[in-house]
Amino acid sequence: MYLYDAIDQSLVDQRVEQFRGQVQRRMAGALSEEEFKPLRLMNGLYLQLHAYMLRVAIPYGTLSSDQMGKLAQIARVYDKGYGHFTTRQNLQYNWPKLEDMPDILAELATVQMHALQTSGNCIRNVTADQYAGAAADEVADPRIVAEVIRQWSTLHPEFSFLPRKFKIAVTGTARDRAAVRVHDIGIVIKRDAAGKIGYQVIVGGGLGRTPKIGTTLREFLPERHLLSYLEAVLRVYNQAGRRDNKYKARIKILVHETGAAEFARQVEAEWQEVRDSAIELPAEEYARIAMFFKPPPFKNLAGDDGEFARHRLENRDFTHWVRTNVASHKRPGYAIANITLKPEGGIPGDATAEQMDAVAALAERFSFSEIRVTHEQNLVLPHVRQADLFELWQTLRRHDLAAPNLGLISDIIACPGMDYCALATARSTPLAQDISRHFADLERQHNIGELKLKISGCINACGHHHVGHIGILGVDKRGEEFYQITIGGSADEAPSIGTIVGPAFPYERVVEVVETLTATYLAIRSGTEQFIDTVKRVGLDPFKEALYADH
Amino acid sequence: MPIIKNGAIITDPWVFIADDEAIPVSSPVIVSLTRWLAERDALCGRNGLVGVQLRTDDLAEAIAADLDYLGLVAIEFPGIGDGRGYTTGRLLRGRHGFTGELRAVGPLIRDVFLFLKRCGFDAVEARDEAEAEAWHEAVDVINVAYQNAIDQKDRLDNRGQERAIFSSAPI
Repeated sequence: MYLYDAIDQSLVDQRVEQFRGQVQRRMAGALSEEEFKPLRLMNGLYLQLHAYMLRVAIPYGTLSSDQMGKLAQIARVYDKGYGHFTTRQNLQYNWPKLEDMPDILAELATVQMHALQTSGNCIRNVTADQYAGAAADEVADPRIVAEVIRQWSTLHPEFSFLPRKFKIAVTGTARDRAAVRVHDIGIVIKRDAAGKIGYQVIVGGGLGRTPKIGTTLREFLPERHLLSYLEAVLRVYNQAGRRDNKYKARIKILVHETGAAEFARQVEAEWQEVRDSAIELPAEEYARIAMFFKPPPFKNLAGDDGEFARHRLENRDFTHWVRTNVASHKRPGYAIANITLKPEGGIPGDATAEQMDAVAALAERFSFSEIRVTHEQNLVLPHVRQADLFELWQTLRRHDLAAPNLGLISDIIACPGMDYCALATARSTPLAQDISRHFADLERQHNIGELKLKISGCINACGHHHVGHIGILGVDKRGEEFYQITIGGSADEAPSIGTIVGPAFPYERVVEVVETLTATYLAIRSGTEQFIDTVKRVGLDPFKEALYADH
Repeated sequence: MPIIKNGAIITDPWVFIADDEAIPVSSPVIVSLTRWLAERDALCGRNGLVGVQLRTDDLAEAIAADLDYLGLVAIEFPGIGDGRGYTTGRLLRGRHGFTGELRAVGPLIRDVFLFLKRCGFDAVEARDEAEAEAWHEAVDVINVAYQNAIDQKDRLDNRGQERAIFSSAPI
């Protein structure tokens, strides 16, 4: 893990004191709410329906056990004993008080954490593949580049007041777990024929009101040019991005309205001005940061563990969990263990302080004190010995953290919705809870197979519904909650935006609609194909027919 | 509104002359970009300093070729959220080598002074006296940075705290 040096620590400490002053001026009336708003947003502080909400940055979703322990402590002392992991790999506290905010940030700074740029129209917390450093097919660890970008973008003097928020995601594998093609900038680390590292740079993807798959501006940008190229993209965007309408202000609209070819030309022209200049990524600094992401002291294990195999034979529940929640590791004898925060009837992404402490302790014991947060609102212990999986699983069970449902229909992404959010037009978490209860039967879930169901409580699409295999969007129709259903969306390396199946359904019918969709798929699937493959093969018609046959 | 120049509150020697007003004979004047483009020869021929005020959507390139004639470029910041002026200022100071006064026209509050200074602005129009008086505190509140910006040399000389590697280009 990256460890702060004196410069990193000073910046975060000083930022806490700066924010303390801003809060005091706001409370004394020296700052109007209009003036305070962009300042508090740059520090992750929202004003929600019922209270302030603090979004803590978890850079590229990587946490140490100490940091997780601190998050638990803050949840206990300053909130209601729980937190909510988000689709940006961050953590939200829903009930902190404004006057406590500087102290919370000071607590975070003691474990090298902050809430910088988790909101506002700036470069947001950078996200990355949650299997970084553990995935077998990794070209290079995406956390190195993500940390470089984190530093470069933090309190950037030129790019802190952009037309709109700006999200960057990085992956180091061809298999995309970071949804890089639906980000403002997505970066895929690649190697050329000579083995040199470079970056595929994808620009202008995004969800929200106008979902777009990003355009590749560069197939292979040599490593040293990364920051100058990002600077060129950001500069073109800062100057030309629309500021007259916040719904048309994201870079995806600029790319679309300018035309991808012309936009690429403008970026190229700007880049020619700044390339080979002082912003080149120096090899020494890259190496300094890379040092922090060296592999942990793995043991040299012969291969698959015998005890692990025996437990799988003997314990059916354990086998279920392994089948869905354990992924293969690049080192023999090790595994990646996923902890889904989607228990039956639970709120996706929520974790209690007690659960956070439990995960912190388990990571310390079994995973070199490393934890990851995923954009699908789950946690990961990236480096667990196969031999330890059974004990890990038993402990997780005691903390209600062993739901064996990664990638299944109950592994739902949902935004906070109208229960918390000031923008929402419909509830989303209660719906997720209802669907998860309806599909509680594990045999059934396994029979349905991989199915990514994503719920947003409004058109802003924080629940990523556009890229759900089944997407559910809550809308308000004359004061009543209705839900628009899309199918066929996907956020992986072959991304697609889902298609609306027809008129929206009232809240009470949504579970039945999901049931109909899965039943239709089961009836027509061919061989072992997954839901998304069936939709891609047969199109919408059979699903529409099943849903709207009565009308 | 008070003007801070190089860290001190000053009596502003510059006067903004609206497009329909007559230009004074010799005192320093600031005119709009429109007027500058229309009356450049007359303004250059006059015995007194000239500055140009850019609107937030004017790009640096609009004035880049004329910088040798100008003693000041002012850039409007209509609200705290509109950050176009940071790019404009930075390009004028860095890429185009402007050495005159680069002024951010507000009302601006202390919370953006550091960003402005780092983008090469040496003069700022503050919202009120209290904000203007907070200048030194505001630009010192965070004394480390990940990017070399226009004020790089200054910062390195003073503190040696800059991590030079993330230098943004000397554009």
